[in-house]
Amino acid sequence: MASATDIGGNKRIVAEYLKRRLSLRGFSEGTIRWIAFLCAFVCVLTTLAIVYFLIAENIPFFQKISPWAFLMGREWSPMISPHSYGVLPLINGTFMVAIGAGLFAIPLGLASAIYLSEFATPKQKGLLKPLLEVLAGIPTVVYGFFALTTVTPLLKKLWPSVEIFNAASGAIVVGIMILPLISSLCEDALSAVPQSLREGAYALGATKFEVTMKVVVPGALSGIMSSFILAISRAVGETMAVTLAAGSSPKMGLNFGGSIQTMTAYIVQVTKGDTPHGSIAYQTIFAVGLALFIITFGLNMLAKALVKKYRRSE
Amino acid sequence: MNVPFGSSTEYNRRRMRKDSIFKWVCFLSVAFAILVLGVLLVGILASGLPHLNMGFLTNLASRKPEEAGIKVALQGTLWIIGLTILISVPVGIAAAIYLQEFAKKNRINAFIQLNIANLASVPSIIYALLGLALFVRFMDLGRSIIAGALTMSLLILPMIIITTQEVLKAVPSSLRENSLALGSTPFQAVVKQVLPAAAPGIMTAVILGVSRAMGETAPLITMGQVFVSFSPENVGDKFTALPLQIFNWAGDPRSSFRDLAATAIIILLAVLLTLNAFAILLRNRFQRSR
Repeated sequence: MASATDIGGNKRIVAEYLKRRLSLRGFSEGTIRWIAFLCAFVCVLTTLAIVYFLIAENIPFFQKISPWAFLMGREWSPMISPHSYGVLPLINGTFMVAIGAGLFAIPLGLASAIYLSEFATPKQKGLLKPLLEVLAGIPTVVYGFFALTTVTPLLKKLWPSVEIFNAASGAIVVGIMILPLISSLCEDALSAVPQSLREGAYALGATKFEVTMKVVVPGALSGIMSSFILAISRAVGETMAVTLAAGSSPKMGLNFGGSIQTMTAYIVQVTKGDTPHGSIAYQTIFAVGLALFIITFGLNMLAKALVKKYRRSE
Repeated sequence: MNVPFGSSTEYNRRRMRKDSIFKWVCFLSVAFAILVLGVLLVGILASGLPHLNMGFLTNLASRKPEEAGIKVALQGTLWIIGLTILISVPVGIAAAIYLQEFAKKNRINAFIQLNIANLASVPSIIYALLGLALFVRFMDLGRSIIAGALTMSLLILPMIIITTQEVLKAVPSSLRENSLALGSTPFQAVVKQVLPAAAPGIMTAVILGVSRAMGETAPLITMGQVFVSFSPENVGDKFTALPLQIFNWAGDPRSSFRDLAATAIIILLAVLLTLNAFAILLRNRFQRSR
């Protein structure tokens, strides 16, 4: 009998000990989780801060200039009088570069992706993919330098009337920058197409060209389209290369041989100097920044919606 | 394909020709991209190498091209990158662990995840505006190293989180389950089992994040200086960084300064390519051992 109570007593002590130990573990476990959660939450705070400051810094600006005049005005001259705050020339310049870059990079990027996914042997892939990654890892300011020292002189030889700063050169280097992005995203989309579809087409006697263009590419189409949109969005937000290559004269129109200004380049132009807080120039960069944020956010959402639709239909 | 069977040799020959032309077009696209890379690198080496010497690394910026150097810019970059690593790596890894290992599938966590994916595609110039409004103005840090490092940390944080999550996802769940079965807490399982297994992958993620930060110019443009003639000594000092210096020199109309930009690019690319090569090597080893 005595021994049984003894065991019971020990049991109680052990249980007490374990409870304390475990609750301590539970406590530290909980704290750690909270700290980790807060780290993840930093990103939500970042988004909130971006949205808050883009809007808050804009309130004084839009008290002076109506949003309508900002969005629809065809003249951008915030520093030199007569002052004018129409953002359209900047949007015009931005999309000239982005669409031009797309026209250049989309066919090349898709074709590269097709080569890597459908034709290349594993050995070729092992060599070519890291090289494309190097191309993707080169800083954008280096592409700006490349535009000024190589692309523009080359363009001048082919097309003598081109200015030193021109939209075409900006579009080409931005195209080179987004090419690896398109290529790697498209390749992912192409390799996700089930092998059985390819084999089925081969069994019907199709050539590789026919298999690729009639089975694989249509099968990966939404992924491919979404990669195009993501690349255009990247081109819209691209800053240093276009600032160096395309100049700083906001203009309407589609003259690729002339100097333009993009939204990002305008922000750089203003912030390079010490801009006093509260000045109209300081406020305009946040207005332009807000417009840029909305455009890229919209494009990214569109790309995501495309992929989602694709996943559901699978 | 409305050609009847058997009578289609000419038709088939055309199909074959189309096929081989197609293969060549695709190959030439890749080759073009590689060629551009080659032209870019050769051009930079040709105009930059003649100026590359010890003086270039140790001289201050100067109005005379032959005396100009990148000492201050290099120091600025080292400060920024050092602080960025200190800030973003622990936060990024902790966030990735939370999202991948601990987070329950609920609305809040799904929202955080979506948020991170969106942040990763926000243009870097927007971060420059955020840094200007939040760190330089609102927190009154001025155009200082710490403001630059904080901005840079926010920029690469989503990237580090996403890549680290991918690495954690690849760690087999049997490791976690074994550890839990032996009575460890979930956190112990992560620290003692998952993290060691994921270490090379996480290193790769960090290196890629850092090399991105090193080449980024746009987010620093609202914080750095055009011309700094003294070495920064603490986190409140003014600074310039290597990409900013390159930007200023590349935008100079005088060709002697453009050549200096090329020399500085050589230094920057040498560091970046070494980092990337190291990351790729680590990744390959990691993939092989899986």
